[in-house]
Amino acid sequence: MSDNLTLVIDGQEISVEQGKTLLEAARENGIDIPTICFHEATTANALCRICVVEVEGMRLLQPACIVKAAANMKVQTRSDKVVRSRKTILEMLASTMDLSDAPEILTMMDEYGASHERFPDAERRESDIKDDNPMYIRDYSKCLLCWRCVQVCADDAQYTYAINFEGRGYESQIGTFFDKTIPETTCVMCGQCVGVCPTGALKPKRQFLLEQGKTPSEISVMNTGRKQRKPR
Amino acid sequence: MSDFDLTLLKPAIEKFIPMGRPGLLPALHAAQNIYGWLPEPVAAEVAKSLRVPLADVHGVIEFYSMYYNTPTGRNVIRVCTDPACGLRDSDGMLKKLCLQYKLEPHQTHPELDLTIEPSPCLGLCDQVPAVLVTNGNQAIEEFTSTKTYRPKSPVGGTLRLLTKNCGGGATSLRKYGEYAALKKAKSLSREEVVEEIKASGLVGRGGAAFPTGIKWEGALKAEGDVKYVICNADESEPGTFKDRILMLDDPHLMIEGMCIAAYAIGAAKGCIYVRGEYPYIVPVLENALNEAGRAGYLDGFEIEIRVGAGAYICGEETALFESIEGKRGFPRVKPPFPTTYGVFGMPTVINNVETLSNVPLIISMGSAEYRKIGTEKSPGPKLFCVSGDVVEPGLYEVAFGASLREVLDMAGGVTNGRNLKSVLFGGAAGAFATSDHLDVKMTFEDLRAVGLPLGSGVVMVFDETRNMRDVLKRLGKFFAHESCGKCYPCQMGTQRQMEILDRIADGKSREGDLVRLQDVGWTMTDASLCGLGQTAASAVLSAIKLWPEIFVDSE
Repeated sequence: MSDNLTLVIDGQEISVEQGKTLLEAARENGIDIPTICFHEATTANALCRICVVEVEGMRLLQPACIVKAAANMKVQTRSDKVVRSRKTILEMLASTMDLSDAPEILTMMDEYGASHERFPDAERRESDIKDDNPMYIRDYSKCLLCWRCVQVCADDAQYTYAINFEGRGYESQIGTFFDKTIPETTCVMCGQCVGVCPTGALKPKRQFLLEQGKTPSEISVMNTGRKQRKPR
Repeated sequence: MSDFDLTLLKPAIEKFIPMGRPGLLPALHAAQNIYGWLPEPVAAEVAKSLRVPLADVHGVIEFYSMYYNTPTGRNVIRVCTDPACGLRDSDGMLKKLCLQYKLEPHQTHPELDLTIEPSPCLGLCDQVPAVLVTNGNQAIEEFTSTKTYRPKSPVGGTLRLLTKNCGGGATSLRKYGEYAALKKAKSLSREEVVEEIKASGLVGRGGAAFPTGIKWEGALKAEGDVKYVICNADESEPGTFKDRILMLDDPHLMIEGMCIAAYAIGAAKGCIYVRGEYPYIVPVLENALNEAGRAGYLDGFEIEIRVGAGAYICGEETALFESIEGKRGFPRVKPPFPTTYGVFGMPTVINNVETLSNVPLIISMGSAEYRKIGTEKSPGPKLFCVSGDVVEPGLYEVAFGASLREVLDMAGGVTNGRNLKSVLFGGAAGAFATSDHLDVKMTFEDLRAVGLPLGSGVVMVFDETRNMRDVLKRLGKFFAHESCGKCYPCQMGTQRQMEILDRIADGKSREGDLVRLQDVGWTMTDASLCGLGQTAASAVLSAIKLWPEIFVDSE
């Protein structure tokens, strides 16, 4: 049994194990802090900043996913500052990318009263669907740059390094070496990137085809060179 | 198979191969110096030689704006389009050059092997509109006759301590004299040197104003096999050019400062990270390091020069470490702080050029004497980079506590006898002042009291005729171009801010744009991961306070 410490989150006194993050401390005690880029299986990078909270005595909002709980800390998870940041980040996301396959973010937008039309005339990040391998498709119009796919492809899981980043700033996108197709890269089709994608930007080919209206039997013979089985 | 003769590449990158991934940026520079850009087979060969994954090499090339993976001329003309140059029609200069060579911006002239492009601040704000002409890694002047190979800047002020040897070209070691401060430091214990720096009250001059002695103390106490001293010479804050002048004219002052820092914390390795837009400084530094080495001053302290590749974010200390490690310049989350976990995970002191240049002064004079300069809370000399609508833009050294009015007078006042409209303080990441602030003393404490940041010492002057919407549009473009894209508030916020400022400048603002700018601005300020995002809206938010009317169309 390790040492516990006590802190206050939203007025509620909470006792947690040393070394826990604010996110863990909050969630263990039924206090909701939203997350987007955070995933238990990947290194937390504190990118999305949707989990920011206000900590007394600190000028800047703190990302709950990485900041450790400390004794006597006073934390507010829904202060005006926090809510303004979360709402604005959500509104900027909606003006940037296609959220149609991201139900959790859509729910979050409802909860924070975030408008889909907040930024009229905003340049969106759009991209053609990359359908270049038999296992999965890449639709970067739906990518919110959580980095998880790059992380699992690299040091967080697979050590394959097939994908990395293109561009920088708003122009960033996940990409391969000189835009090679997936079969031309070191990709081993492990599928872990697809598994951690939160927005449908990476999707199993079969699911993609089903959504396109193809039937399972049509899919099973696609691109395999096999003849369709004759009906009996 | 390839149109590119890869046999040229191998000897050029050979010395970087043993470095592995940390050799990536120097290897890419060397490769680009041969081919003018980085075609796929060249990038693949670099990746293979250094044993870096292909996708990672591509990611690095894509991050830095001075690496090109599409055909680009060996000769590049870069025209600065940031605010100070914008005042002197840099847009017209860009257009004129493009017309002259029959090119569009970013287009390449195959016979001349020439590309022309707009650029973020080139650190030449005292000689506007600034143009940088390069051939491979060399700065040249063949294409424009007005520019000289080595920029010369007016240096003035009421003090000449930091700038003692500045204004007259490079100072050789013979002229600089022996490293007397280093000698004196070595007669003290490491702890005594750190105490002396702490007692001097020196704080960082790069913009963040962190106490230098505290950094040194942390790194001295930290455990680590190898410790590093890094000189942050990635000066990229629009309106800032002080470090360029210090390095070009008096490199030994800064190198002696690095040597003292290395002694104080017990560092065996050092690095000077110079921005890619300062290629003409590299030979000056190399020469100075050779001189210092031959004179025996380096004494086992190995200093390497690293050249950036066009990324303002790499002035952020942890992004700079990543860049040295051969990666995209993404800032890291802090803590851990550099003093315990810096470059390569080792205890690191990273200081700005001007900060390090103060160190030999402090040791020579003693902290008590040093503190007699300036004010109690802001001791020491300070460099101000004065640009824009003044008679003589240049570098001015004063004691902390001089008023804005005094500094403007030194620069000859506002041009053409016009009235002052505004001063951008502290750079793009700074805030606007007006004539109401003319008598504010330029110290950390006095400026803070009126909500102005000292930043990197930028004083950019705008006269009464200037269109502040155009200035804001340029600032918006700068941050959108320089955001690394790591955290969401800055990645999307700088883009949205730019879009809104663009339409305001075009007289096409939309209802609610002022509130949009505030929400985006405060979200970046409060929630961004690093200092870039946290200050990307600073100037805009200050402009909203001063001139809310310019954010709404008048009709």
